[in-house]
Amino acid sequence: MKTSIVGKGLPKFDAWPKVKGTVVYADDFAMPGMLYAKVLRSRYPAAAILAVDTARAKASPGVKAVLTAADVPNNNLRAKFGQSTDVGAQFEGLYRVLAEKKVRYVGEPIALVAADSEQAAEAALDLIEVTYEQLPGVFDPVEALKPGAYCVGENDTNAVSRFKIRKGDVDAAFKAADVVIENTYRMPFSDHAYLEPESGVAWIDEHGVVTIRVSTQVIEHFRTVAEVLGVPHNRVRVIGTWVGGGFGGKEDITVESFLALLTWYTGRPVKLTYTREESLLAHSKRHPFTIRNKIGAMRDGRLVAAEVELIADAGAYTYLSPWVLLYSTVNAAGPYNIPNVKVDAVAALTNNPFSSAFRGFGAIQPNFAYESQIDELGRQLGIDPVTIRELNCLQKGDSLATGYAYDRELVLGELAGRAWEALGPPREAGDSPVKIGRGLAIGMMSYGRLTFLHDTSRSYVKLELDGSVLLRCGVPDLGAGQAQALCQIVAEELGVPMDKIKMYIADSALTPLAGTSTATRQLYMSGNATLKAARELKDRLIKKAAALLNSSPADLRLADETIADATAPDKVLPLKTVVGHCSSDGDELYSEAQFNAPFTTVPVSELITGQTFADFTFGAYAVEVAVDTETGEVTLEKAIACFDVGKTINKLNAEGQLEGGGAISVGYALMENLMVSQGNLQTRSFTEYLIPTAMDLPDIGTIMVETESGIGPYGAKGVGEPSSNAMAPAITNAIRDAVGARITSLPATAEQVFTTMKFRK
Amino acid sequence: MEFKQQVAIKVTVNGADIRAAVAPEESLLDFLRKQCGVTDVKCGCGMGECGTCTLVLAGKVVKSCLVLAAQADGREVWTLQGLERDPLAARLQDSFARHGAVQCGFCTPGMLIAARGFLQRSPQPTRAEIREALSGNLCRCTGYQKIVDAVWAVAYGDAAEQERA
Repeated sequence: MKTSIVGKGLPKFDAWPKVKGTVVYADDFAMPGMLYAKVLRSRYPAAAILAVDTARAKASPGVKAVLTAADVPNNNLRAKFGQSTDVGAQFEGLYRVLAEKKVRYVGEPIALVAADSEQAAEAALDLIEVTYEQLPGVFDPVEALKPGAYCVGENDTNAVSRFKIRKGDVDAAFKAADVVIENTYRMPFSDHAYLEPESGVAWIDEHGVVTIRVSTQVIEHFRTVAEVLGVPHNRVRVIGTWVGGGFGGKEDITVESFLALLTWYTGRPVKLTYTREESLLAHSKRHPFTIRNKIGAMRDGRLVAAEVELIADAGAYTYLSPWVLLYSTVNAAGPYNIPNVKVDAVAALTNNPFSSAFRGFGAIQPNFAYESQIDELGRQLGIDPVTIRELNCLQKGDSLATGYAYDRELVLGELAGRAWEALGPPREAGDSPVKIGRGLAIGMMSYGRLTFLHDTSRSYVKLELDGSVLLRCGVPDLGAGQAQALCQIVAEELGVPMDKIKMYIADSALTPLAGTSTATRQLYMSGNATLKAARELKDRLIKKAAALLNSSPADLRLADETIADATAPDKVLPLKTVVGHCSSDGDELYSEAQFNAPFTTVPVSELITGQTFADFTFGAYAVEVAVDTETGEVTLEKAIACFDVGKTINKLNAEGQLEGGGAISVGYALMENLMVSQGNLQTRSFTEYLIPTAMDLPDIGTIMVETESGIGPYGAKGVGEPSSNAMAPAITNAIRDAVGARITSLPATAEQVFTTMKFRK
Repeated sequence: MEFKQQVAIKVTVNGADIRAAVAPEESLLDFLRKQCGVTDVKCGCGMGECGTCTLVLAGKVVKSCLVLAAQADGREVWTLQGLERDPLAARLQDSFARHGAVQCGFCTPGMLIAARGFLQRSPQPTRAEIREALSGNLCRCTGYQKIVDAVWAVAYGDAAEQERA
């Protein structure tokens, strides 16, 4: 479809205040009479809390409130973690505001303090006396699942959830296979490392509404906060700020409940901002996985069987582990057409930091495993990386491992081939200890949420009397251009320039709820809702203009703030004039539209079958690395991303997702390792937890293929999370190519690579 | 040993003279954000690791979380917001916006200050030199590429940038 504004790489409207430094992020905001909050956190990964004495802290100068679990009206909620759909117990978990009786991880919140100053609040933390009795704890999910293991929570099992897939007969297929490859892959905890630590300010407005201005991906948490306080949902309002990076780490509640409780008890505005160390301790992590992946193939390269076992460390609380595990189950065998598939996945509680959402959400971990496996298969059979994937990857009409037939356009082979080709001629290392290697990996990941979640979004578009536009949509903007995309859609449909559109986002009381900025769903969901609202207005404008011009509605075009008859050059009306006529007739030009994702029924057992996601995004990374054989150090020298984006809505922002998604996974592949020893976080700053700097990355070439086959607006697909897929295995495959070492544990630090090279059989 | 409770300082912040009493251990960053209401300098780590608090102190680009407010006594501080009429800052700001170098924007003010200081010293840099110069400022969103593009375009003009691409 031909578009004029959609597709253009226009600077996003929020870029201007951001480059001026005038955006008011969560911690940049203050209220008169504001108190400062601090959180007392557990020192131990597993301990009974025998007593918490707050008397001295309460008497400390400047302290206005000290709260413990006993002060929380509803401290333990059966939480759906931001879902509005009731989907049953296997997807729920305990949301506990403050620790009671027992602590489960280092950093678990135990008490809250609000005081006149940060210093006074900090000083009071030292005066709270917690009497612990240390308990053994369990720190490995495999250990945690053994009979008689220490129980992390109150249940008699540490198993959070299990899922499986059964397709065909893997045992028979392995017997018949010419080649069988089996490896076990390990991925560590990783941290989102957004640069803006968790922060918010809360107050009670003049009507008694607890109002929380907070950096979050999910303004819908207002409901959970209301339940914590024991007040009706409409007495809590969340105003989402422009978020200083999220990546899934601000998907679960962070500071909201703490702020609500403290403002509720003190009647005063309260601010809470985490330090970096506290942020690393307090928020969710990407799940560590151990994945045993066994594939069987015939001599010609055709895959006949895949058997995958996945074990995820859920950490100390459930949070989004069931969802992540379900994603990993569906993605376990990858975007390949394999007749026989067996998948078993389990997530277990441990006394480690809790795991939850992180860009890639359960798709990224199995991707590392299956793309390493297919690479090995190609090597063993002497088939090049592109061909081995072309031979096996999903084609339109093929069934996923769950049995769901994918009937949309699918060009995976082309994506792999184009990425590989774009690397160009290889660099000659010559006679040096530095070896050059190349790697390829492909990936699939859903955009939009699981189809049984009955996902919806709403958006409101209003044409003002002067022809300017007001857009309201409850979308939190994490910096990916979530808001800008919606403005470009409105501009496209209504023929209004971008500077005549003003948009309001992320207010649970004032903007139509658009759902979470997670699951790569906003362009798809809110994009469709906004498109629907804009087209409704467009229809009404054209109808009115047709009457005024005596034209057929089919001949009328909206562009450049005019409505013109394509068949008669003299029949033109300024948009403003048509709006004026509508207004005079009492036809107010606003529309609030809802978009509903395709719905399926909730899985009734552990066995996952059929459609689980509305659609997937497919892509490939091809890279070239230099490996120093004397040190094991890997330098990423070239990288190409090739993705089917469906349709580009904003070129700059889509490229930015591919570049940024690739970069974040370069960190995953080569350096990021959130180290936890016996439940204790060892990496408590950016000096220990290393993320890529500008010097660690090459330019990433981006190739965006537009099949217009997505189910987002204009055929768009989501790229935010899918873009982080496939980079890590592309890099480790390139290391394999360079020095023969198969990296099975991330990250591939110099030490890891050197050791793997040295002890290679 | 006795410590002073407060230190009297006089600092010029973005052109305005400010007299204040600060705690001896207070960082310049905290002083600016909490006492002066200058919030374009951000606190991403407080330990000199991330660069979100980068500013210009007495003509030098520094991370303000690593400088005591008392050390700024008698000196000039410029943050991004104060550089409104600085032509190089303005070109960089425009270039960042147009090249998509801004995603969440939290690193942006510090990144712009670092880029400006660098281009003043090295007006004709290579891409590798730009990457090195910005390596003290973390960005988790962009992969840095469009930031490098934006700085490059200011050094060589947009046409040169397109040529390179």
